Order: sequence, then C-alpha cells, then structure tokens
Amino acid sequence: MQGIERRQFLKIAGLGGVVFASGLARGADGYTSAQDEFFFVQLSDTHWGFQGAPNPDAAGTLPKAIAAVNALDPQPDFIVFTGDLTHTTDDPAERRRRLAQFKGMVAQLKVPLRFMPGEHDASLDSGAAYQEFFGPTHYSFDHKGVHFIALDNVSDPAAKIGDEQLGWLKSDLGKQKADARIVVLTHRPLFPLYPQWDWATRDGDKAIELLMPYRNVTVFYGHIHQEHHFKTAHIEHHAARSLIFPLPAPASVPKRVPVAWDPAQPYRGLGFRRIEAEPNEYKLTEFPVVGKA
Amino acid sequence: MKRRLFLLLPLVGAAWAQSEPRVIAISARKFEFTPGEVELKLGEPVLFEFTTEDVHMGFDAPELNLHADILPGRVARLPFTPGKTGSYEFVCDVFCGSGHEEMSGVIKVSG
Repeated sequence: MQGIERRQFLKIAGLGGVVFASGLARGADGYTSAQDEFFFVQLSDTHWGFQGAPNPDAAGTLPKAIAAVNALDPQPDFIVFTGDLTHTTDDPAERRRRLAQFKGMVAQLKVPLRFMPGEHDASLDSGAAYQEFFGPTHYSFDHKGVHFIALDNVSDPAAKIGDEQLGWLKSDLGKQKADARIVVLTHRPLFPLYPQWDWATRDGDKAIELLMPYRNVTVFYGHIHQEHHFKTAHIEHHAARSLIFPLPAPASVPKRVPVAWDPAQPYRGLGFRRIEAEPNEYKLTEFPVVGKA
Repeated sequence: MKRRLFLLLPLVGAAWAQSEPRVIAISARKFEFTPGEVELKLGEPVLFEFTTEDVHMGFDAPELNLHADILPGRVARLPFTPGKTGSYEFVCDVFCGSGHEEMSGVIKVSG
C-alpha cells in the first residue's frame, strides 16, 4: 500500500493549482461535457440530526451544500451520497424521522440521486429503516461506459461486507472485462486506514482481492470526514469531506474528536466533490461550504 | 530491544509458565468497558475474559493484534502475553449506539 501526497495526486489526475482554484469558483473553468465524458458529485457524511458545538449551524450546512450543487453549471449527471446521511440515534422512530427529513431536503437537488448508508444510518437495525426510504444497500449500475458498484460495509455493525455480499460482488465483477472502468462507492475505507479509530472494513481485503484483476478501479468513500488519497497496488481510494464537521488526520491526535468549529472560519474543512470521469482518469475538484453561520 | 532484554525474556516467560495465567475480566456495556484501564507486566501470560451486559460488542487493540467479538450470554476468552511495554488503546469496533465512538480503554504494559 502506498499513500498519495495531495500534490502528487493532483499531478496524477492532471489537476494543476490553477485548474483546482478555478474549480473552487464553482464551475467558472467553463467545463463542458464531451461524449462519454461526464461528471458526478459526491456528498458525504451529512449527519442530519446532529447537534453540538462542532457545528453550530448543523441544520443550515446541508441546505448550503444543496444550493451550491444546484448552482453548478453545467449540472452533474448524478449525485452520490456516500453514507451517514443521518446522525445515529438509539430511537428507531427518531431514526426514521431523520431519514424522512433528509430525503425531503435532498429532493431539492435537480439531478438523479444515488444513496448508500453509513453506520450511523444502518448499523443499529441492519439497515432496515434505511431500506424503507432508500432501497437496497448494495447495487450496481452503468453510466456512460463506467460500471459503478455501491458496497455496503455498515449494515453489519461489525463493519463487515459479509460473505453473501462478497459473493454478489464476485458475480457482478464476473460480467466485466479486465479493462472495464469500475468505480466503487462505499462508506468505510476498504483498506485499514487507521483501525484504532474504526477507519477500516474488517473484510475489506477480500473486496480488494476481488477487484485486483481489474486494471481501472477507483474507490470513492466517506466516513473519515476529510479528504484523503491512497493507493492499494493500482487501486486508488479517495475519501471525501463531510458536511457536518471535520475529523483530525489519522493518528494526529490521541483521540478521534471533531475538529473544533472556528467562528473566524465557519465551515472550514467541510465540502463536497466534483468528479470528472474522463477516458483514462478522474479529475477531482473539492468545493468548500460557504456562507454565514 | 537490547540484547540483554532478549536474554531475560525467555527466563521471565519460563517463570510465568509455572502458574495459571492471570484472568483479566472485562465487561462491556453501552458505552464503556469495565475496567477501562488494564495494567499488565511484560511477559506475563494473561487470559482476557470478555462479557457484554447488553448488545453485541467488539474489543479491538490493533497495536497488540488483539481482537474479540463479545456476544450476549457468552464469555469470549483471549490468551495474551505482552511482548512490548507501552500504552495501547482498545476500542469497541462493533457499532453499538450513540456513544459508540467514545467507547475505548487502554492497556498499560510495564517492564
């Protein structure tokens, strides 16, 4: 395994500082879609229902992100939410209330939506409430030559994909050619990023083993509330920022506690991601959350 | 590790081997381990016995390569002999509710 320094990754992806900066200007780079090229947006870890000092504008952050995504011109082909749509609660009725509120809010987005659960949504009831609102927790679909696979590593509270789903993954991959363009969407990292902070999937190595024969695999995930880029052999893994509070870099502090809210820089570390799918690469552009708290 | 320590460790291990391993009972419940701090001696064989008072829990100390699933109504036993000194955090790695992310403890191994 090897890490990817941010600067190195941007170079790999063909993104220079100028392009990245223009991306921050929300589409001001004049990006236009070509045939078989498209972009989608990743939002993650919205934790709807969270209340606490790490985000005094918890109820206002998701609406700001929705407005920012709706302002993108052109619009993405679709939007993926990589889990922890809601903040956990021990009350099943409250869990459903949060899921319903979240679903109502994101209905304001203008393009098709794809969802998957995080442990906060699904681990206390094996995904039962989540499925009532959003359907299956793992699935695949094809879009403009890219095969997308949503993997569920949260419905089992022990952070396992499980043999049954791994069997499904093997079967799904069996229909793909070795050079197929494959994107995996999931919540937890498939590799053991930092198990001390629960940043791992217990049987993630089995999923990676199944993906290894395919030459063009990229994983987008959430869970760790920060941008992070990593490689296991030829497979790239990219974590997205959260839309509720950032978490510290792995092992950078003794305890995994949210980064404190800074009134001088509200929403610092929060954001969403645009992913441009080009024939041989994915270009990532990170967007901050902006506005007044 | 110094060579002298290498030579001592087998002797220490032999001494501990004369007796039954010390049992370290750890109980889990939402959202704490009891005890939350465990003190061990380098080279002393112990037997962890984990139980849960409510739901399925996990015990994970990655730096010591220790892991156990703790299921209601069962005792999960895990033998262990510390091979290095230091403080090592353990966490619950089975999502158990709203306080899960703060559920942790520490194993302190002294020489």
